[in-house]
Amino acid sequence: MKTFRMGGVHPHDDKISKNATIEIFPPLDKAYISMSQHIGAPAKPIVKVGDYVKVGQLIGEKAGFISANIHSSVSGTVTAIKPYADLAGKMVNTIFIDVEGDEWEEKIDRSPELAKEIRFNKEEIIKRIEECGIVGMGGASFPTNVKLSPPPGKIAEFLIINGVECEPYLTSDYRMMMEYPDEILVGASILMKALDVKKGFIAIEENKREAIELLKSKQEDYPGIKIVPLKKKYPQGGEKQLIDAVVGRQVPSKGLPIDAGAVVQNCATAFAVYEAVQKHKPLFEGVITITGLHAPAQKNYKLRVGTPLEKVAEYAGGIPDSVAKLISGGPMMGKAIFNMSAASVKSSSSILMFTKEETIRKEESNCIRCGKCIEACPMGLEPYMLYKLAKTKDYDQLEKDLVYDCIECGCCLYTCPANIPLLDLIRVAKSDVMGIIKSRPKK
Amino acid sequence: MINIIIYTVVTLSVLGLLLALVLFLIARKFKVEEDPRIDQIEAIMPGANCGGCGFAGCRAFSENVVKATSLDGFFCPVGGNEVMKKVAATMGYAVEENVPKIAVVRCNGTCEARPKTSVYDGISSCKVIKTLYQGDTGCKYGCFGQGDCVEACVFNALKMNTETGLPEVNEDNCVACGACVKACPQGIIELRNKGMKNRRVYVACMNQDKGGVARKACANACIGCKKCEQVCPFDAIKVENFLSYIDYDKCRLCRKCVDVCPTGAILTDNFPLKKKLEINHAEVNPIGVNHAEVKSIAIKQESKKMEA
Repeated sequence: MKTFRMGGVHPHDDKISKNATIEIFPPLDKAYISMSQHIGAPAKPIVKVGDYVKVGQLIGEKAGFISANIHSSVSGTVTAIKPYADLAGKMVNTIFIDVEGDEWEEKIDRSPELAKEIRFNKEEIIKRIEECGIVGMGGASFPTNVKLSPPPGKIAEFLIINGVECEPYLTSDYRMMMEYPDEILVGASILMKALDVKKGFIAIEENKREAIELLKSKQEDYPGIKIVPLKKKYPQGGEKQLIDAVVGRQVPSKGLPIDAGAVVQNCATAFAVYEAVQKHKPLFEGVITITGLHAPAQKNYKLRVGTPLEKVAEYAGGIPDSVAKLISGGPMMGKAIFNMSAASVKSSSSILMFTKEETIRKEESNCIRCGKCIEACPMGLEPYMLYKLAKTKDYDQLEKDLVYDCIECGCCLYTCPANIPLLDLIRVAKSDVMGIIKSRPKK
Repeated sequence: MINIIIYTVVTLSVLGLLLALVLFLIARKFKVEEDPRIDQIEAIMPGANCGGCGFAGCRAFSENVVKATSLDGFFCPVGGNEVMKKVAATMGYAVEENVPKIAVVRCNGTCEARPKTSVYDGISSCKVIKTLYQGDTGCKYGCFGQGDCVEACVFNALKMNTETGLPEVNEDNCVACGACVKACPQGIIELRNKGMKNRRVYVACMNQDKGGVARKACANACIGCKKCEQVCPFDAIKVENFLSYIDYDKCRLCRKCVDVCPTGAILTDNFPLKKKLEINHAEVNPIGVNHAEVKSIAIKQESKKMEA
């Protein structure tokens, strides 16, 4: 079985919610739809206070090349358009909607039948994806249509669908593969057509054996698509690591996956693409995992965008007193939730509950130069050295040591026996160095 | 035996002389002409190499001074006017006197006034907090209290007060080099005029939220009520984005704003105790009418008329 070459760690996988089937989360009486659910410029609201909107109606228009359309996830009246605090307490422009009934746009095909035949050509598919506001569901929320239009001179050779889900605890992608296998395969075929590639891979880690078997039994119906089981290792879900693992090519430093001829899309994105192209359904729902060893229940919900996270946690049984930390995203790369009244966004993938004992930071001691962080770094960097340079703010040397190649996976911090907060400082140094590089005059 | 010693001494001496000659010739041939004034000015400089002047150390400052045609834009905050006068004398330029400045912490969100809303357990660096979220209190404009400024200060002028969780400026040590201003990701440290007899009046808050939101986050926050703006007889106070700011060039240190501030967001430094001030007030204003009140009442009546 294949995996990527350099580094990586093996955290305990703890996928305790893997057998909880996806439940539909009912719309609540209020929705808060953020205009900034993607990387790039926030969308521009095109509705006014007092307007009646339907489910799936366009309410925020993309503002710029790297930006995405936002659609209403509920039907009801717009009550306000004003800033609202997100997960980290940052104020973002948000549309407040009072929910009335559940009236969908007529153009959306709500029938559950599988639509296998692809009726559109390449340009129409990309246009439809752009129109429906599809963004990468893996966490970075990069607009998918931009990813599907490689810059001139660069040719995509194959598509990789990321069903790795290497982060511990998360099971939303696994549940999607188990419950919507055909939809994901059709979505992958659509993406292949949009990219004009003949080869497609669906990469799944071996700890999701049922999903591998299920998709393998169906792969013959979809020409060109191959299921690739991979060894379990974190951070296999990183684009660069995944390309290395699946086809054995390395993305050059500073480069993009397209430089290695690959385009990587998450399997939840493939599902969203299927819904957008075949059913004309814009992206306003996603699967979210609510889990934790001390959580009252293990749940996977199909959740509409704009639902306050505290309501989701409440619905799933509340937050027990023993829980001290809530994390959105995986435990390795996710962020602690500062503001539980924040609304869910397109790429919300989880609410993880941890007790104080589970998340405690051990006391930092001195570096013993064991080299474990170098061994663990999947990008071949020297984290302990970068940490030292970051402490002394030696930006020239940091740039020479390729700090901008860091993918912030946290393997160094995970493996360090001295509990040195390597990534915390490297991340800051990386953003400083990126700022310096950007501020330089272009030749 | 004696011959060996003589030979050795002679060969080594000749070799030494030859090499000295080579070095002498090379030094002559490749001599770099340097303005002697650079060394002179460097000798005058305090030699702290703090970068407060905007150049990479005292030597770089001297080199740039020699290259320039006037002393505009050059100021050594550590040496102050004395050093600049000496520099001017060496160069033969005129120099303007700069008003001495000092670093002022514009946050009064003490642990009591500003309750914590979350627990931060990451590494102790304000810059790291800034990249993660709004900080562990309700106020996203205030001090993170992890001491990046203290670390940046090479003059030992900043100290973290463990009771309030805020940095404190040691006035004797602070030279206003501005290192802390650059180090603070929240921008709460400002260089202000030292003021007459070291007395200063300033708004110790950076919160730009609406009054209610600001007050909820911190009991000492500026709520943008504009009372200080109305009371100021010198037009030194401006309220923008629900935040008051005192222009230190216009402020005459009358402290009327301090008295009217409902949240105590305006702080004073080095004034005598409050009792004396009240006596002064009575002398200046024997009838006991507060001019500010009269003014604000007049404004309110006018606006009511306008509405009617």
